[in-house]
Amino acid sequence: FPGLADVSISQDIPVEGEITVPVGSHSPDEDYSTLDEPVKDTIMRDLKAVGKKFVHVMYPRKSSALLRDWDLWGPLVLCVSLALMLQGGSADSKDDGGPQFAEVFVIIWFGAVVITLNSKLLGGTISFFQSLCVLGYCVLPLTVAMLVCRLVLLAGAGTVSFIIRLIVVGAMFGWSTLASTAFLADSQPPNRKALVVYPIFLFYFVISWMILTFTPQ
Amino acid sequence: SGAPAAEWGGFEDNMQGGGSAVIDMENMDDTSGSSFEDMGEMHQRMKEEEEEEAEGEAGAGEEEDGEFLGMKGLRGQLGRQVADQMWQVGKRQASRAFSLYANIDILRPYFDVEPVQVRARLLESMIPVKMINFPQKIAGELYGPLMLVFTLVAILLHGMKTSDTIIREGTLMGTAIGTCFGYWLGVSSFMYFLAYLCNAQITMVQMLSLLGYGLFGHCITLFVTYNIHFHSLFYIFWLVVGGLSTLRMVAVLVSRTVGHTQRLILCGTLAALHMLFLLYLHFAYHKVVEGILDTLEGPNMPPFQRVARDIPVVSNPVLNTTAKAIALAL
Repeated sequence: FPGLADVSISQDIPVEGEITVPVGSHSPDEDYSTLDEPVKDTIMRDLKAVGKKFVHVMYPRKSSALLRDWDLWGPLVLCVSLALMLQGGSADSKDDGGPQFAEVFVIIWFGAVVITLNSKLLGGTISFFQSLCVLGYCVLPLTVAMLVCRLVLLAGAGTVSFIIRLIVVGAMFGWSTLASTAFLADSQPPNRKALVVYPIFLFYFVISWMILTFTPQ
Repeated sequence: SGAPAAEWGGFEDNMQGGGSAVIDMENMDDTSGSSFEDMGEMHQRMKEEEEEEAEGEAGAGEEEDGEFLGMKGLRGQLGRQVADQMWQVGKRQASRAFSLYANIDILRPYFDVEPVQVRARLLESMIPVKMINFPQKIAGELYGPLMLVFTLVAILLHGMKTSDTIIREGTLMGTAIGTCFGYWLGVSSFMYFLAYLCNAQITMVQMLSLLGYGLFGHCITLFVTYNIHFHSLFYIFWLVVGGLSTLRMVAVLVSRTVGHTQRLILCGTLAALHMLFLLYLHFAYHKVVEGILDTLEGPNMPPFQRVARDIPVVSNPVLNTTAKAIALAL
């Protein structure tokens, strides 16, 4: 070991014992424990987290689980499925399939970003990604409404089906707005809740209106 | 630890001679005493060693560390310190840049409103003031105007969809957002520029706020007339509602300007742009199906009625399908 000759160790300090860096020795252990697990475990853990959040949205209680461990998988899945289902529903011409998907994507994400910025500017205590997470997950009732609408439209497109669709979409829109308000309005000063709720209302209104006016060709 | 040898530039905070490309390792905290060339050799050995450690068990790795107290322990520690310092410096630089450019706190004072205030300002925007000899107060607030622009976008989307406007290059959403935001920001900037030329006492935020609240009249008019397709109803709304909000904006501007010519220029431009925008929104994005209207209104139609965008010839099959689609949507 030629390098040993260059090491200057003072004679006064006895060098003995184990030189281990506490931080270094613990973190490789943790890394190994989640790196070495089978891929199925990782996926199941993430899926369970997403599923738990879906349940929180469908039964909105005041729990902080949705806020604490935010993730954007759920919103992405919901957004993509909603955009896919809304495709191909405009007047005529083949090039309307493309913009439809991009429109829905842009509306959802751009709208969520604007609402988040607005609630932060109004003095909210919630963080950027937490708010995006909540708004994205609360699109779930509207995705369910879209599914129901598509099924109803398979049966026919008359006045009765329109009334059914109107009722279903209206109910889901109310559910979405209430669910997201339950999570987001708490982080605002109490007298400004209306200022935060209105953009959320507008956001889900635009999405539900897109769902309601969907007519397949 | 990654490859610190490639990024010595990150250690500029620790160097005595700033800007030199060679790091003098003797000035580092760990007092290893080795030079730059030895550092490279040590780093190479560290990398090989960490690869060995990564393959083995964690327990065995610790035992190996414990065996040789001298170089191996120091190497591992040095590597971790190097990586740690790289991370700290990088994080500090990134957070500095972020706090400089992404600071939304500069907009915070403009969003400091209560719901009652917003409601009051919405109603006030339709009431023209009488005192024009005394400068009227304009609240520099951006929440109300921003929400009104988004509401206008939503209403415009509704109008475009129900009239089956087909937009070939671009999307419905893009056009709606572009039109509304373009009007709000563009006309505000233009009016601010004119106000600067005419020596009017108004700031940019106040202009944005004034014009934004003036869109409340537009929202009401379009919301009603996109759903009830009477042309005469639209004209009544255009004159009354549009006129009221224009009068209010004009009165406020006049109260802040001195001189007859300047007042005339400012008010004429604002009134023209505001009223014409409402006209444009109604006729450009709201196709009037000729068959339906003929039965309702007879010969009372405006001369420049646009039937649809980008459809050069309206043939019968298209009319039939659009009529069906409108009936479905309603």
